[in-house]
Amino acid sequence: MSPVQALGFRTLMLVVHLGRLGLFVGRLGRASLVGPSRIRRFIAEVFDVGVLSLPIVCLSGATVGAVLGFQSYVALARFGAESAVGAVIGISLIREFGPVLTALLVTGRAGSAMAAEIASMVQTGQLDGLRMMSIDPMHFVVMPKAWGMLFATPLLSALFIVFAIAGGYGVAVNLLGLDSGTYLSSLEDAVDFHDDVLQSITKALVFGTLMATIATYRGYTSEPTSAGVSAATTGTVVVASVAVLLFDYALTSLWGV
Amino acid sequence: MQTSPTRDLLVGLFVLSGLAALAYLSIQVGGVAYTGPGGLRLYATFEQVGGLRPRAPIAIAGVKVGQVAAIDLDQDLRARVALDIDPKLKLPVDTEARIVTSGLLGDQFVALEPGAEDEVLKPGSEIGFTESAISLEGLIGKFVNNANLDQNDQKDKKEK
Repeated sequence: MSPVQALGFRTLMLVVHLGRLGLFVGRLGRASLVGPSRIRRFIAEVFDVGVLSLPIVCLSGATVGAVLGFQSYVALARFGAESAVGAVIGISLIREFGPVLTALLVTGRAGSAMAAEIASMVQTGQLDGLRMMSIDPMHFVVMPKAWGMLFATPLLSALFIVFAIAGGYGVAVNLLGLDSGTYLSSLEDAVDFHDDVLQSITKALVFGTLMATIATYRGYTSEPTSAGVSAATTGTVVVASVAVLLFDYALTSLWGV
Repeated sequence: MQTSPTRDLLVGLFVLSGLAALAYLSIQVGGVAYTGPGGLRLYATFEQVGGLRPRAPIAIAGVKVGQVAAIDLDQDLRARVALDIDPKLKLPVDTEARIVTSGLLGDQFVALEPGAEDEVLKPGSEIGFTESAISLEGLIGKFVNNANLDQNDQKDKKEK
């Protein structure tokens, strides 16, 4: 195959995958509308994605907040504007770091596991077994996983931000001697509900949707081989991370300044 | 699918703490800066509001008592600022409203200076005495111009 043919093939395959992803999301949406609700499986997925991701999300949040506190203090102290540390931390965390870093962490921890689990079900023929019992695997396996991830992401993102604000407080107030009231009031004055908090929640919801559909799609359409399982896992992490970063830029510029 | 009460409890706790974090961010962090009571609506007209924005604080003697509700243009093309103030306050009719800056380059807010009259401002009434925002650029411009003029004067004197 000549390089030109290879390029054309890859481009066409990208379009094919986008089309299949669209059909997959359509089937997922239809499966979500019919009963039964699979609420117990949904709770199990919220446990897997949310509760089990809590330690790493909280730890990362506190560390990121502490580092931000340190660096913004260093930069702002040169202009004698240390009192703006809270505003810098609050806006950068709520608008960007919270949703984006949470999404990347959840992709790495839960998205990869989700894709690997579905892919190994494909490999070992468990999905066919479900179909034999006339249970739609889309309804029984995919739907609770996708909704669980979409539901858990905004909550994890909010917890990340709260822990990061606390981490920044620890560094700025306890270590660098900034006034506690200065930190908190500058944070609260600078952050606006419509401009910042709503943007944060929207981003977390969009990222959750992206991760949920990409992880379940890659798992569901994987080759039924060991290599297929690993390809699905890697593909999920790469594609979901890039998609999160691209959509982050798009959402930020749509929201304006 | 077996049921596990511990797991369900943990999921419930996770959801509760997540919602609490969202509520904290929305209400405490993202909410209005002034959280005291509002309700007394007064108006003040300024020649120049500078960088004053809606939701900017209103203070008497440095104590926050309300926030700017809206800024519009009136028929005479001057800035009409709607103030939302704690209704418990009894402000004399000769109260003055000034737009001042906190710090050299800080945010602008409305400072009220209560007057001495016995009569009290009623809801919806207009604050008669106002002082517009001081534009730092304007001041610097004037200063530079004056300095130039002085130099020119001195040059003229020397030439004579």
